[in-house]
Amino acid sequence: MSVFSGLGTAAKEVVRGGRIYYAWVALLLVFISLGLVAYLGQLRNGLGVTNMRNQVAWGFYISNFTFLVGVAAAAVLLVIPAYVYNFKPIKEIAFLGELMAVTAIVMCILFVAVDVGGPGNLWHLIPFIGRPNFPVSLLTWDIVVLNGYLGINGFIFFYVLYKVSRGQKYSRILPLILLSIPWAVGIHTVTAFLYNGLVARPFWNAAILAPRFLASAFCSGPALMILVLQLVRRQFRIDIDGRALTKIAELVAYALAFNLFLLGAEAFKEFYGQSEHIAPMKYLYLGLHGHHALVPFMWTALTLNVTALMLFLVPRFRNNGKLLNVGCVFILCGVYIEKGLGLVVPGFTPDALGEIYEYVPSVTELAVSLGIWSSGALCFTLLAKFSIPVFIKAKQFTLLGEPSE
Amino acid sequence: MKNDGCTPRACPSGEPSGSAPAERGAPLLQLGRRPPDRRAILGASVAAVAGVATGSGCGNHHFDAHYKELTDEDKRRIFERIEAETRHKTGVDVKISAPQPMDGVEFAYALDLSLCNGNRRCAEACARENNLPDVPKFRYIQVLEMDRGTLDFENANAYYEHDEVPVPGKVYLPVQCQHCANPPCVKVCPVTATWREPDGLVVVDYNWCIGCRYCIAACPYFGRRFNFHEPTVRPRNINPDMGYISNRLRPVGVVEKCTFCLQRTRVGRYPACLEACPTGARKFGNLADPNGEVRIMLERKRVYVLKEELGTLPRFYYFYG
Repeated sequence: MSVFSGLGTAAKEVVRGGRIYYAWVALLLVFISLGLVAYLGQLRNGLGVTNMRNQVAWGFYISNFTFLVGVAAAAVLLVIPAYVYNFKPIKEIAFLGELMAVTAIVMCILFVAVDVGGPGNLWHLIPFIGRPNFPVSLLTWDIVVLNGYLGINGFIFFYVLYKVSRGQKYSRILPLILLSIPWAVGIHTVTAFLYNGLVARPFWNAAILAPRFLASAFCSGPALMILVLQLVRRQFRIDIDGRALTKIAELVAYALAFNLFLLGAEAFKEFYGQSEHIAPMKYLYLGLHGHHALVPFMWTALTLNVTALMLFLVPRFRNNGKLLNVGCVFILCGVYIEKGLGLVVPGFTPDALGEIYEYVPSVTELAVSLGIWSSGALCFTLLAKFSIPVFIKAKQFTLLGEPSE
Repeated sequence: MKNDGCTPRACPSGEPSGSAPAERGAPLLQLGRRPPDRRAILGASVAAVAGVATGSGCGNHHFDAHYKELTDEDKRRIFERIEAETRHKTGVDVKISAPQPMDGVEFAYALDLSLCNGNRRCAEACARENNLPDVPKFRYIQVLEMDRGTLDFENANAYYEHDEVPVPGKVYLPVQCQHCANPPCVKVCPVTATWREPDGLVVVDYNWCIGCRYCIAACPYFGRRFNFHEPTVRPRNINPDMGYISNRLRPVGVVEKCTFCLQRTRVGRYPACLEACPTGARKFGNLADPNGEVRIMLERKRVYVLKEELGTLPRFYYFYG
């Protein structure tokens, strides 16, 4: 009983908070309402209210989806040092990584749901009732692995929370925690293959795609994590070891360097060879036949990523809190551009018959996306507010509950 | 105004862009799914999250089974329902049918590029036969205009407007669904809403499609179209002879495509594009028939297919006669 009253107290924490907390939640609710209104308009009028067309069939929604799969996968960068290498400072905060994974997957599912033309037909994907094209369609694979990842991380998060609140060990789910590592690689690989398998789209139909997906995910997710951890540290006044942050930053630096190397390899192949497959690359970085909507964004992304690499490679910079944060913001923006619109749109530009339709998101798309991001932020905020006090209260038990001890 | 979804709705602005002056003032009708009412919208947003079925939209087609699972009785019931809905909404009496593939038939197309002069009658005839929307305007057949001496899609133009064709120095390449024997679009569909029929036609079950557009991403030939807007066809333009998996009126939010005019070709007629072609560039027939038109072209002409290197095995052949 005391457990539930303990969790009940924790639940009360969710509705208690300072002025900043209330203002933040209120702001998120306003954004969510905006997004909802925009989505209702889209349901009423069809996807024509977006700027997607037959030439560019996927746009901002699927871009955000792709980026967020990366953020979700990156939770393993906390789980690996915590549970494989038993790095204590990160072990204490690993549950926040799992929480971020859960939040990111929820947003992923929302972004796909708002992208389909017939949400009322989505039950066709359910096995036995519908007719899912498994295992042939990579989209069905993606649904399986994403929901599996959501289930695994959601279960770990709540199980650990429950055990910690009772002051018990949670070592029994260590296998599940370890399973989440290959599973994270899996969600990202499957999402990459979703694009990769399309012979119609030379920009995606290159074997480098899945490795690049992983490299960029291990930049953006942890960068977001570093920022969020600092916010958590300030808001809840809990002690998060600085070594945890610099360790994550170090891992980010390797991933970022590798990501830029892969980009270079891609650029060399296209620009040296000069085959017709260079068109999407040209569209991205130079402009094609007078169309250059994405050019400034791509160069911004490249500049941000290279600058961030410099900041993260030099230990003196990455140990400086301020520069570390600047680097994280740079990486987030850089990867968001590169792996969002910079990945999806050039797959369709030029289209299969060489036509160029210049896609930029419509107001509806921006509003709906803002709503989904806000619901993700709200989900994370509420769950953090709910769970962190439990961990604070049981701090000693957390230490005792380490599976390895 | 309460919209029950089954009364004709005049186009509010009266005049859509791009329509011919002679058609000015003719009322436009909303032919697809009705705009959902508030409850339906709530339901649909719940469905979007939970992935469950809801009853939004006219006719409850969200509960229809997959085409391949329909019994004759199901078909009769659904066809009658669609006929009644269409009559109610447009005032046009239509007949829905589902002609079946014939044994020993594999349809294929052949097109003589030396005859094609870019007049695009094929694309227009196709639009009328297959009830393509007047607004927004799109076509199943894209005729690419290219400089003589090239086959360069990137510098091609599908939106040329000339008083006279052919324009000297230009060549024309019509492209539509190639009805591949190894169709990449079919592979990627997450719900098996599109498939290749035994006679080689690649079709879509409009009631089953979830509108994810993965098939559009997968198609190397720009062979598929998505209904981003509520498709609207003027009542007098409606072709009442409708196939369930071909030219019946489509709802918003689903993918559609060329079916080689299945509603005609399976009952022994030519596709509309072929009949409309004034130059005789188009040939259509049964690959399995040694005396079929396409077989003769394959044997006598040097044919090629588009993007052969992709391994899609198109059943649409091009040749220079």
